[in-house]
Amino acid sequence: MSEPILGGVVHTDADRSEPLLRAGNTNCGGCGMSIALNMISRAVAERRVQIVIPACCGIVTAGPFPASAYGAPVVASTFAAAAAVATGLARVTHANNEDIRVLCFAGDGGTYDIGLAAVSAAAERNEDILFLCYDNEIYGNTGGQRSSATPFGATTTTTPTGKHVAKKDILGIMAAHRIPYAASVSMAHPEDMMRKLQRALDVRGFRFLHILSPCPTGWKSEPSEGVQLVRWAVQSGIYPVLEVVDGSLWTVNVEPDFSEDALESFLGHQGRFAGMTVTVAEVRRSVLRSWDALRARCGPPTAPAESNGVGAD
Amino acid sequence: MTMHMISANHATAAAAALAARANRSGRGFCSGVYPITPQTECIERLCAEQIPKGSVVRVESEHSAMAVCMGGALSGARTFTASSSNGLAYMAENVFAAGFYRLPIVMMAVNRTLGPPWNIWVDHGDTLMLRDSGWIQFYCEDNQEVHDTTLLAFRLAEDEEVLLPVMVCQDAFVLSHTMTMTDIPDQEAVDRFLPELRLPHRLTDTPRVVGGLDFPHQTEVHRKQHLDAMGRVPGVYARIQDEFERCFGRRPPDPVVPYRMEDADLVLVSMGTTASTVRTAVDEARARGVKAGALRLRMFRPLPERAIREHLAGRKRVAILDRDSCPGLGGIVWGELRGLAAPGAVVQNYLIGLGGGDIRPEHVRGVLDDLASRDESGEPHFMEAGA
Repeated sequence: MSEPILGGVVHTDADRSEPLLRAGNTNCGGCGMSIALNMISRAVAERRVQIVIPACCGIVTAGPFPASAYGAPVVASTFAAAAAVATGLARVTHANNEDIRVLCFAGDGGTYDIGLAAVSAAAERNEDILFLCYDNEIYGNTGGQRSSATPFGATTTTTPTGKHVAKKDILGIMAAHRIPYAASVSMAHPEDMMRKLQRALDVRGFRFLHILSPCPTGWKSEPSEGVQLVRWAVQSGIYPVLEVVDGSLWTVNVEPDFSEDALESFLGHQGRFAGMTVTVAEVRRSVLRSWDALRARCGPPTAPAESNGVGAD
Repeated sequence: MTMHMISANHATAAAAALAARANRSGRGFCSGVYPITPQTECIERLCAEQIPKGSVVRVESEHSAMAVCMGGALSGARTFTASSSNGLAYMAENVFAAGFYRLPIVMMAVNRTLGPPWNIWVDHGDTLMLRDSGWIQFYCEDNQEVHDTTLLAFRLAEDEEVLLPVMVCQDAFVLSHTMTMTDIPDQEAVDRFLPELRLPHRLTDTPRVVGGLDFPHQTEVHRKQHLDAMGRVPGVYARIQDEFERCFGRRPPDPVVPYRMEDADLVLVSMGTTASTVRTAVDEARARGVKAGALRLRMFRPLPERAIREHLAGRKRVAILDRDSCPGLGGIVWGELRGLAAPGAVVQNYLIGLGGGDIRPEHVRGVLDDLASRDESGEPHFMEAGA
């Protein structure tokens, strides 16, 4: 696999016979969630899965009753309750000795904000759930309001002059629960993403994957540039690609080059940063501050820049 | 069967555990639990039970407690939880969701005053807030009834003609924390009474969405199905009364329980433990030559409209005792029942025992005296029973 547009989106003989995301869904062109679902589908392969999706774009994807764009059984849960509904499913399938992976597929609102209490509690109980957060950094389904995942500087319909506080460190929060596996994945680094998806599917207990998910509608970006935006986000250090095992073993999988070029390209190719009142220098300082904290956990950089992190374990 | 000196909280947990074990040959049992006064002893007791193929998940909120039950039920397990008051308010979104998903979840609700200001005593306003959630609702009068109703609630909820969640309501402290001798059946009898749950829409490997998007016409159809299922409840309940009696030797009360109604001119309608005091007051009134009678509304959803109409036919004066308040209306029960009395009858509302104010026979006698003096109904009458 090189580009995810080939390695992830196109359905081939190597993929699950029933794709998780079927053709004919109504996702926006360039929706990062579509790319993520196709990569998840490839990783899931023929494993049995049940998916809980709270109120978000991801459930609109399914289409209206009785159709479903999902090639697996799905529960459409209330917004805050995905992790708790998944708990019930996981407990009962376990009690009946069924080899079924229970997945949650939630946006940043259902993870960082309204869903956080249920996510935290399920993580603390180490429920056997794979929680996937597709993070488009916005309340996309309601038309683009700020969430606590919205990055520093970004304008939204409720932060018209830009957001003046930093994005919540969701991976740090999840790692603090000492769950077996937590990782962030980049759809611009499909091999690393696929390896992590496989690992997250096979580990038992609570697993958390953070997926930066381009939203052309909300980010005011070109639909074709989503993967490139994620690559710039990784290169510039805005989106750290890392994994945390048992809450203690932190590894950076893709070293950023922290180049100004990557940062300026990431900001400059999205309309949501056009009207911001914070400066690029302030964004850069914010990024470097977050990396100081990250280095304190991971240790100094060891891998060469632009490594895709394959074989890190 | 053996008699136990236990509270209604523990009687509920005992029933839930018996029902849970009865599904061990099916897909087991799942429960999300969260403490709130005065319900906590129920879930504490449940956490101490040994339940094969059972999970009792200690969650972080009532909202998640109901969500765990929904997930468990969608996987085909028997499910139970308990809550009260502000916990029910916090849970409300998922209470409605459980109804709309058509999941046979049983919830015991201890009726407690909604706050602020904070008050842990009995008031029916919390569960009445959920009257439109698509759940069946029972209001119980004593510990045995709480236990029996919890057992039969599973049978009713899981009946293929019904498939609706059931709320079993009991008065805070008056029942929840009061110990009385209660007959607890043995497991074998419960196994006979409660067949394995077979949820037709449980999640399998078939790709489909449970609870996804509807267009208006689809919602109209789903709502109609829900209404129809509620409409079948009285018939199914009558059958379950028979089977309960066959299995356990006692008959659960009817949806509407009459007392000395034969020639009653003055009728007192109430719910929960208020009905016990009302009966005492009716006896006193009868001793004075006053033709008083009483109805206890045991099933509130579906509202047993026909039974109420029949009982109230020809009665000239009816008092509706509400242990709740709906600002801008009066009493919730009165709002629902006032159209069911005989044409021209006086149907007077009394708000009594709010916030756990102790309702004594003399208060009910005051209601009777006031009712007897009326030629027409007036504004809802506010009684300061607790003063």
